[in-house]
Amino acid sequence: MELQDLYRDVILDHNRSPRNFGPLEGSSTDVQGSNPLCGDRLTLHLRLAGDRIEDVRFEGHGCAISTASASLMTEAIKGRTRAEALALFDRMHALLTDDAAVPDEGLGKLAALSGVREFPARVKCASLCWHTLASALQSSAPESVGAVSTE
Amino acid sequence: MSGAARTPVRPAEPAPFDVEAMRREFPVLTRLVHGHPLAYLDNGASSQAPRRVLEAVDDYARSHHANVHRGVHTLSEEATARYEGARDRVARWLNAASRTEIVFTRGTTEAVNLVAQSYARPRLRAGDEVLITHLEHHANIVPWQMVCAQTGAKLVVAPIDARGEVDPDAVEALMGPRTRVFACAHVSNALGTVLPVERLVASARARGIATLVDGAQAVPHCDVDVRALGCDFYALSGHKMYAPTGIGVLYGRESMLEDMPPWQGGGDMILTVSFERTTYNALPYKFEAGTPNIVGAVGLGAAIDFLGSIDRRGAHAHEAALLEHAHAALVRIPGLRLIGTARRKLGLVSFLVDGVHPHDLGTVLDQDGIAIRTGHHCAMPVMDYYGIPATARASFAFYNTFDEIDRLALSVERARRMFGGDVV
Repeated sequence: MELQDLYRDVILDHNRSPRNFGPLEGSSTDVQGSNPLCGDRLTLHLRLAGDRIEDVRFEGHGCAISTASASLMTEAIKGRTRAEALALFDRMHALLTDDAAVPDEGLGKLAALSGVREFPARVKCASLCWHTLASALQSSAPESVGAVSTE
Repeated sequence: MSGAARTPVRPAEPAPFDVEAMRREFPVLTRLVHGHPLAYLDNGASSQAPRRVLEAVDDYARSHHANVHRGVHTLSEEATARYEGARDRVARWLNAASRTEIVFTRGTTEAVNLVAQSYARPRLRAGDEVLITHLEHHANIVPWQMVCAQTGAKLVVAPIDARGEVDPDAVEALMGPRTRVFACAHVSNALGTVLPVERLVASARARGIATLVDGAQAVPHCDVDVRALGCDFYALSGHKMYAPTGIGVLYGRESMLEDMPPWQGGGDMILTVSFERTTYNALPYKFEAGTPNIVGAVGLGAAIDFLGSIDRRGAHAHEAALLEHAHAALVRIPGLRLIGTARRKLGLVSFLVDGVHPHDLGTVLDQDGIAIRTGHHCAMPVMDYYGIPATARASFAFYNTFDEIDRLALSVERARRMFGGDVV
């Protein structure tokens, strides 16, 4: 396994210049996620309009994998419905943990994270934002959800 | 000085420390990681074991294992002799007054918990104080927080400064009439700072305050004499000083241990048991309930024999030179910031690189065969003090080389470029 398989250009780019980074005015859901073992912390801001994710932004600090993963995720889920976003969560989960999973074209740029599963210590970095998203979306009353942790 | 002519006596030049010969004692150092020779710079987390320890553990397991203190059969006697022989070695090595002052534990963490629960808990009253410092490992924070919650005592924290030093005046100013326990690290695991423990322990004792020193990061790098230090308790872990994991030591002054109730109940810590009344065993067995980590103790005893057999002055001087070399090599890297610049440091260097998160750095270095620790080092208050989530930490043993540190610096520079640092 080569380092370039983990740190692909798209990941380095999203780490250097994260998309949708910062506070979100008029957000309807704000959820914190943390990875206590490494100190990664992120806050996900969602503006839900009915069943649709109208806008999403994130804040926090973490390693390149966790920052790029969150940045890519915000691009991928903006405008999607809750069910679509959760389906994407399932596919990402498989991509990050299942050696047999093959990235399909529907994942788009998210497929760049497929190298992470060869680095078991780093899987949590890539999945933190997705767990945070799932926690926000699965809650029946999204405004009341608490913090999530990868531990 | 008199004016009489004197011929200065030159001490005989000691033979230089032979690091290559030392490396041959540690089998793991010959392995490759991702196609590169292993550069093991994570000794602060856990050190590697020399052949002598591996062979002692193997010999014990193959030929002498049985339960200790129980059987009259040959193997039980042999196992007991080896286990108790390890205690004798620890006692001599720390210069304890007696072997009964050496309690085997799982490690430093368990040793601190034992003192918190058995010494502090029965004595602390609401409003009493336990004094620690800001640079402690979680193992020397949380047990005290727990006993404070149980008793209504207050945890008081002495400050550190930007270099990562502890000002003894500031600590002494916090030793008040309600301070019952003072606990501090001998060497900081996150910053490498050597604390002025001799003075702090003396100050505490003069005020009637019990003292515990967390020696986990000190014992691999310097000789410790608990009687000269004067502390009531000294805690250490075997696996940071070339022994296996799961074995550690609580040194306790005999008069203190005598006055403490057992911490855990079970076999071996009793003399007689009936349902009405149990009488406890003598020191140190009172604190060793259940079958102990016999093979771990055998390994620790072998590690002490090993340390006793090497040129320790040379080894310690080599470690000091490694640290100096690491500082010099790392500060040349643009955007690199040392975390912890105390004037007295031992064994490790913590740092951050602009634009490169420590975890990414750790992964890049690993691909080059270099093992370092990244994270908060179980010292989150230290990270909070510096306003950072984590650091990268390279920690040394006497088997490390200058070449390994040069590789570290090269690899850090590679990571910096990879993540978009300015090319200088």
